[in-house]
Amino acid sequence: MAHDSLYAAPPTVEAEPGAGRLATLRGLLGSWDAAVVAALVVVVLVAGLTVENFATGRNAQFLLLDLVPLALIALPMTLIVITGEIDLSVASMVGLCSTLMGQLWLSSGLSLELICVLVVLLGAVLGAVNGLFVTGFGLPSLAVTIGTLALYRGLSFVVLGDQAVADFPADWTAAVVRNIPGTSIPVVLVPLLLLALVFGVVLHATPAGRALYAMGNNDQAATFTGVSVARTKFWLFVVSGAVCGLVGIFWTLRYASARGDNATGLELTVVTAVLLGGVSIFGGRGALLGVLAGVLLLGVLRNALQLADVDANALTIVTGTLLIASVVLPNAVADIRARLHRRRQRQPVAS
Amino acid sequence: MTADAPGTDGAPLLVLDGVTKSFGAVAALRGVHLALHPGEAHALVGENGAGKSTLVKILAGAHPPDSGEMTLDGQPLRLRGPADARAAGIAVIYQEPTLFPDLSVAENIFMGRQPLRGLRRIDSAAMNRDAERLFQRLGVRIDPARPARGLSIADQQLVEIAKAISFDARVLVMDEPTAALSGVEVERLFAVARSLCERGAAVLFISHRFDEVFDLCHRVTVLRDGAWVSSDPAADLPIDEVVRRMVGRDVSSLYPKQAAELRDTLLEVRGLTRAGVFTDVSFSVRGGEIVALAGLVGAGRSEVARAVFGVDRYDAGEVLVAGRAVPAGRPGRAIAAGMALVPEDRRQQGLVMELSVERNATLARRRALSRLGLLLGGAERAEARNWTRRLQVKAARLGAPVATLSGGNQQKVVLAKWLATEPRILIIDEPTRGIDVGTKAEVHRLLSELAGEGLAILMISSELPEVLGMADRVLVMHEGRLVRELSRAEADETSIMYAATGQGVTA
Repeated sequence: MAHDSLYAAPPTVEAEPGAGRLATLRGLLGSWDAAVVAALVVVVLVAGLTVENFATGRNAQFLLLDLVPLALIALPMTLIVITGEIDLSVASMVGLCSTLMGQLWLSSGLSLELICVLVVLLGAVLGAVNGLFVTGFGLPSLAVTIGTLALYRGLSFVVLGDQAVADFPADWTAAVVRNIPGTSIPVVLVPLLLLALVFGVVLHATPAGRALYAMGNNDQAATFTGVSVARTKFWLFVVSGAVCGLVGIFWTLRYASARGDNATGLELTVVTAVLLGGVSIFGGRGALLGVLAGVLLLGVLRNALQLADVDANALTIVTGTLLIASVVLPNAVADIRARLHRRRQRQPVAS
Repeated sequence: MTADAPGTDGAPLLVLDGVTKSFGAVAALRGVHLALHPGEAHALVGENGAGKSTLVKILAGAHPPDSGEMTLDGQPLRLRGPADARAAGIAVIYQEPTLFPDLSVAENIFMGRQPLRGLRRIDSAAMNRDAERLFQRLGVRIDPARPARGLSIADQQLVEIAKAISFDARVLVMDEPTAALSGVEVERLFAVARSLCERGAAVLFISHRFDEVFDLCHRVTVLRDGAWVSSDPAADLPIDEVVRRMVGRDVSSLYPKQAAELRDTLLEVRGLTRAGVFTDVSFSVRGGEIVALAGLVGAGRSEVARAVFGVDRYDAGEVLVAGRAVPAGRPGRAIAAGMALVPEDRRQQGLVMELSVERNATLARRRALSRLGLLLGGAERAEARNWTRRLQVKAARLGAPVATLSGGNQQKVVLAKWLATEPRILIIDEPTRGIDVGTKAEVHRLLSELAGEGLAILMISSELPEVLGMADRVLVMHEGRLVRELSRAEADETSIMYAATGQGVTA
């Protein structure tokens, strides 16, 4: 019973706009997205000037191709994190989809078109398993998807063992890395951007998007407003799985190799990009454009460091540091803002 | 009745004098007096919102009083936190004890001050022995080594009491401890309370059950609207005098509901039952009618509202809107059928505090406002502006987080959110809780207008003047059941309080 809430907490006073200096400081602290974009510009400039071969058309192509899996998975991940959940099994779903694609190509005799459809459906099923555990049994998504992270990765080694399937038709493997004629921009960026547009519209301009923010902030109030919280979250996990199916296909064809360890560790990069893009790990806050900026920043940074011969362990350290920073900094900023807000509220009382 | 009441002429143990506490604009306690004598069981009674819980929180050290004196043994008492209250020998037992379920009973009692042996290891044997000794003093049998999980509520309260006496508590505050207990358990609790009194402790007992109050307590203090009304020996006080003092205030025509033409039955609830929460609740509400659901906190009123709206499931019964059944457990379907629920706890259930006024006001209308599935072109802004203007919501900007608004304006945003859906049935739970007097009057005028427009309104309220002023009919709940239905003419403060406290038929 709400026995202790007989009285509401003291009403908050709507304060007058504060002194100019404080307002400016607040404005600066508020522009997380601007900071990410600025960092992106700095990284591109510094890398372009100091890293050999960075500012070349060939590197632009590789950079963008490297971004595709990251950007694709970040789309559903953004929505999931905004609802206050997380999906850590994405990289393992990519791996399992990739090995199944390889195994089907090797032994089923089906056409590659049909296999691709099956792989996307399989990804959706893997996501549905996550969704079922999270919404049907009410388990925390962090625990469930850590479990399926291990489970799906293990299964992908069951499917192909430690062998690799590599004999995919050359016209298919060439198609996924082909550039738009006359540019260094891969053709696959077109469907990627279309998909990003769809996710952006759903998140920012549809009733369903409004519901995502509401349930991420306060799922009880969302329920009282008629939002089917569990059902919505379930479908988000399904979509996440299906997108991982797509990424599994892309990964397999790009490297012409279906292997059990494909995309290992990718979940760390995706979550980092999403949080770096300004999505709150506690849910309820974030925008898709910010996430795309985060994806670009992380992708460019990793690419530049790789070109500069920084070893893989150092890359992981950089990613991990960015992950922590993008969780800690917004909280620290919010803390400072709250303090400034309180101080502004106290002033009229004191005078 | 009470036997040899301890002398109240000796020096009191704990005295509160002129204690005042406000939360924002709401005065919860206004100059309350209370004197507890050693060996005394003292009852504190009052309606919902009379200030009992606030008083308990002040004694527990959870809230500092705004003004007033507290003394213990004649020494000034200042409580800066719960630890101070414990050090001063004041222990509070709540209706729902908060034990650590996976720790043993003895560990719960001695949390943070376990007896130690070499290398700072916990001496479990000594701890269990000490706990056993406490239970012997209380005359109860609980195994100190068993985990707290699985203990009945009654046993959990006894563990809390054992903890209290292990701190040498001399003042034991029991906040509705019997609400979840069976008759036998109540007897056992009272036996423990009596033995504590015999040892010179003072017990402050808060309850809505008058038979228990008179069974246990020597003296009775009545609070009303945050103010002290009386303190008298229980033996000299008839029950109906207590009820009269609890409610006796000026009933002016503060909340006039305009007469509205009664139309067809819009909401019908048949035999609604949720095991252990409410049983066989049936009623109907017609268009143009305001029906109040009255009762004490915990009687199951909000739970019925939540089940009718589909937020909670129910085990039996059905809900019909204009004669058509609404599926259970589906708030979305209830909204589609024309129902709206303004919930009890607007911070947790009514609003998404971090989102803007605009988003909150239009959240329930998000589908209706979309064109081809898209929310574009400022449709939400226009809708929000329209409704916040009609309800005179004072907000700096429509884009401001709703958390920055005052309580009254937040409540108006919740109302705007639901009125925007153009409901046929409005269920409104504590419409004016925690909001200032001016906004209260506005809300009441609005409800009256809405009824005039033909809405069926089911209003849950713990404020009797509000119930009496607004309701065409009053349904009274007591412990999960609808016990009385009163017409506007029959309803008065005494008849409602009698039914709500289970005195029922003799009123």
